Amino acid sequence: MLETEVVVSAPPHIRQGLSTERIMWLVVISLIPAVLSGVIFFGWYVLAIIFSSVLSAILTEVIVLKMMKRPLTIKDGSAVVTGLLLALIIPPTVPLRIPMIGAAFAIALGKQIFGGLGYNPFNPALIGRAFLLASWPSLMTKWVWPVNSLAWAGKNADALTGATALGLLREGTTGIPYLQLFLGNISGSLGETSALALLLGALFLVVYKIIDWRIPVSYLGTVMIMALVMGQDPIFHLLTGGLMLGAFFMATDYVTTPVTPKGRLFFGIGCGLLTMLIRRYGGFPEGVCYSILLMNLATPLLDRWTVPKRFGEVKAVG
Amino acid sequence: MRLRTFKKGIHPPGNKERTASLPIEVLPLPQQVVLPLGQHLGAPSEPVVSVGAQVLTGQKIAEAKGMVSVPLHASISGRVVAIEPRPHACGQLTPAIVIENDGNERISSELVSNHNLDELSAEQIKDLIKQAGLVGMGGAAFPTHVKYSPPPGKQIEYVILNGAECEPYLTCDHRLMVERSSDLILGLLAFMKAAKAQKGFIGVEVNKPDAIANLKQAAAGLPIEVLPLQVKYPQGEEKMLIYAATGRVVPVGALPIETGVVVNNVATAAALGEYLRTGLPLVSRIITVTGQGIPNPKNVEVRLGTLIEDVINYCGGFKEPPGRIILGGPMTGPAQYRLDIPVMKGTSGILVQTRAEVEKPDHAPCIRCGRCVDVCPYNLLPNYLGDYAEHDKLGEAEKYGILDCRECGSCTYICPSRRPLIQLIKNAKSKIMASRKKG
Ligand code: SF4
Ligand code: SF4
Repeated sequence: MLETEVVVSAPPHIRQGLSTERIMWLVVISLIPAVLSGVIFFGWYVLAIIFSSVLSAILTEVIVLKMMKRPLTIKDGSAVVTGLLLALIIPPTVPLRIPMIGAAFAIALGKQIFGGLGYNPFNPALIGRAFLLASWPSLMTKWVWPVNSLAWAGKNADALTGATALGLLREGTTGIPYLQLFLGNISGSLGETSALALLLGALFLVVYKIIDWRIPVSYLGTVMIMALVMGQDPIFHLLTGGLMLGAFFMATDYVTTPVTPKGRLFFGIGCGLLTMLIRRYGGFPEGVCYSILLMNLATPLLDRWTVPKRFGEVKAVG
Repeated sequence: MRLRTFKKGIHPPGNKERTASLPIEVLPLPQQVVLPLGQHLGAPSEPVVSVGAQVLTGQKIAEAKGMVSVPLHASISGRVVAIEPRPHACGQLTPAIVIENDGNERISSELVSNHNLDELSAEQIKDLIKQAGLVGMGGAAFPTHVKYSPPPGKQIEYVILNGAECEPYLTCDHRLMVERSSDLILGLLAFMKAAKAQKGFIGVEVNKPDAIANLKQAAAGLPIEVLPLQVKYPQGEEKMLIYAATGRVVPVGALPIETGVVVNNVATAAALGEYLRTGLPLVSRIITVTGQGIPNPKNVEVRLGTLIEDVINYCGGFKEPPGRIILGGPMTGPAQYRLDIPVMKGTSGILVQTRAEVEKPDHAPCIRCGRCVDVCPYNLLPNYLGDYAEHDKLGEAEKYGILDCRECGSCTYICPSRRPLIQLIKNAKSKIMASRKKG
C-alpha cells in the first residue's frame, strides 16, 4: 500500500490550460481598445460610466449569491464582462445611476434568476440595455457627437446634434466619410462607434481562439447582402450603430448562442436579417440589441435542428 | 504532402522527450508475479494448475474459457503459491495465480520455435494467435484471435497496425518499432496470412521519424505500407485510424470488419512475431515508466504479473510523494491507489504525476463554449450528453448518440469549465446497458 494519499480520479488526467476564468479575462482585455475609443471620442466621463456599471454588476452578483446561499463565483469574471459590455452600449451622456441600475438588472434578472452563468437564455448585457431603453427612453437616446467630429462635419455640426448616424440615414442625410465611421468619430453608444477599436479586440479573440468566426462573419455578411437588396449602402450599415460590437462581442456570447457549427451560421444569418429589418422598418433606427435577444431565444432550437451527423451515421437523428 | 489523419481531435502536449530515445531495458526478474485470470476483455481464463505446482516460463497455467477468452502462461519459472483474489487495476480484487520465482528461469521445453510462415495455413495461424495468449496490447486487451474470425461472408482486405501511440508520455510502442521491427513485420505478415488480407498498413505518427524510417526499411518489397500520420489525439482510436489509413468509415454500432479491416496494436504484432520465432507466448511486455514523479524514466520490458512497485523502484522510486499514479497514458489510463497491482497484457505504462500537477477537481457549470463539440471525433455533442447524463435523461442521451462515445476523453480535456464529461457519460452508458439487459 501507499503511505501517502494519492488522487484517484477518472481520466483524462491532463487538461488544457484555458479555463473559463481566463476566457473571461481575455474578453475583458479585448475590450480595452473599445474603452479607449470611448474615452478619446467622448471624454473621461466614459470611465465613470464603465466603472459604475462594472462595480454594480459585481456587487449585485455578490448580494444575490449570498442571498441564495450559493458559492461566490466572482472570480470567473463573467460579472465584470457583463458590466463592461453593458457600459459600452449606452449613451456617453447618461447619469451614473443608469449604468448602475442597468448592470444590477442584467445580473439579477438577466443571469442569476436563471441559475447563474451557463443557464441564462439571454445575453445579460443586452437584457440590461433593453430594460434601460424601455424605462428611460429619453436618457437612453441622448446622443452627442464627439467634439473633434466638428472638424470634418464643419458648419453642419448643428444639424448633427441629437441623432446617430443611423438616425440620420433615416432622415436621408448622411454623407459621413467612411474613414470617420471606421475610426468611430461619430455619435453613438460609448464603446460601439469605433469599428477600428472593435476589430482590434475581435482579432485578438480570434487569434486566441476565444470566438468562432462563424457568427460574426455570417452576421456581417447577411447585413451587407440585405443592405444591397434594400438598395442601401452596405459599408455604411457595416460601420454604424452597434453592429460591430454586437457581431463580435454579443452574438458570440457562449452561453446564449448555439454550440454546433451550423447552428452558429444560422444564428448569425438570423441576427443579420432581423437587424436589417428593424433598421429599415422598425420603430428604432437600430436593431442589433433586439435581433440578438430574439435569436438567443432561438438558440435551443437551432442546436436541435443542427445536430451534426455522427461519425459513421447512416440515417439522421429522428 | 498532407499527412493522413481524422477530423477534429485535440493536441495535448506529447511529453515524450524524456523516454523517446531511451533503449528498452529489461527489468530483472521479480521475486513474485501476480497473474490475474481476467487480463483481457471477455471471460476470465480457467486455471489448469493448482497451488503448489512447479511451473516453467511459458507454460500454460490457465485455459481460455469460451470463445472470447485467451489462455494465460507462467511469466517466470517457480512455484504456484496461491490462486486467490488479488488487487487488480480495475480497483477490485480479482482471482489471480501467484507464482514465486525459483530464480532459475527454466523455460518450458514444450515450446515450438521457428515456425515457418510459408508452411502454416490460415487456420493454423489463427490457432497459434490464440495459443500465444494474444490480446490487444494498446490497452483494450481484446482477445486478438476473435478479430480474425470474421462473420460468414465478410472478407478482410487490410490489416492495419496501430503504431500511432497518440497517448501523451508513452513511448513503449515507439521503442518497439525502432528496436523490434523484424518481429513486428513477421507478426504482421502472419496476421495478413491468417486474414487472407492483401495488404498491411502500419500507421505511425510523424513524431517518430526513426520508427517510420526503420519500418519502411524492414517492410521493403513486402505488401506492407508504412503510413506517416499527423500527430493528433486520438489518432490511434480504432475507427479514427481506419479512416486515416483507408478513408473508410466504420458505420455507427458496427465493427471494423464491416469495412474489411482489422486493426491490431504494433506490440501485439511483435508479440506474435516473437512467438513464431522463439515459441515463447505472451509472458512479457514493454511499458513506459515516466512522469514528473519518476526520477529515472525508462522504457522497460517486464514480465507480466510484475507488481508496479517493483517497476517504479527500478526507475528510482518516487521523486516526491506522488499526486496520482496512472496505469497507461494520461488520457485513458485508470488512476491507482495501491502499488501491489500487477502489470498486465494491456498495460502500456506507469505515469506518476506530482501533487502540483494534479488539479483540484472543482468544476463549474457548462458555459456552452462549444469546444467539446469542436473536438469530439465522433461528432457528438458532449455538452448535451453530459447534461442529459447528469439529469438522468437517458432516453435523450441515447437519441443523441451517447452509446457511440468511445470515451477518448478529448471533450473532457478541452473543457474550460472542467466538466467531468466522460464520467457522466460513462455512468449513463452503464445505466443504459444495464436497463437493456433487464428489458
Ligand atoms: S463524447 Fe466521447 S467520443 Fe466524443 S470526445 Fe468525449 S469522450 Fe471522446
Ligand atoms: S467544453 Fe465544457 S463548457 Fe464548453 S460546451 Fe463543452 S461542456 Fe460546456
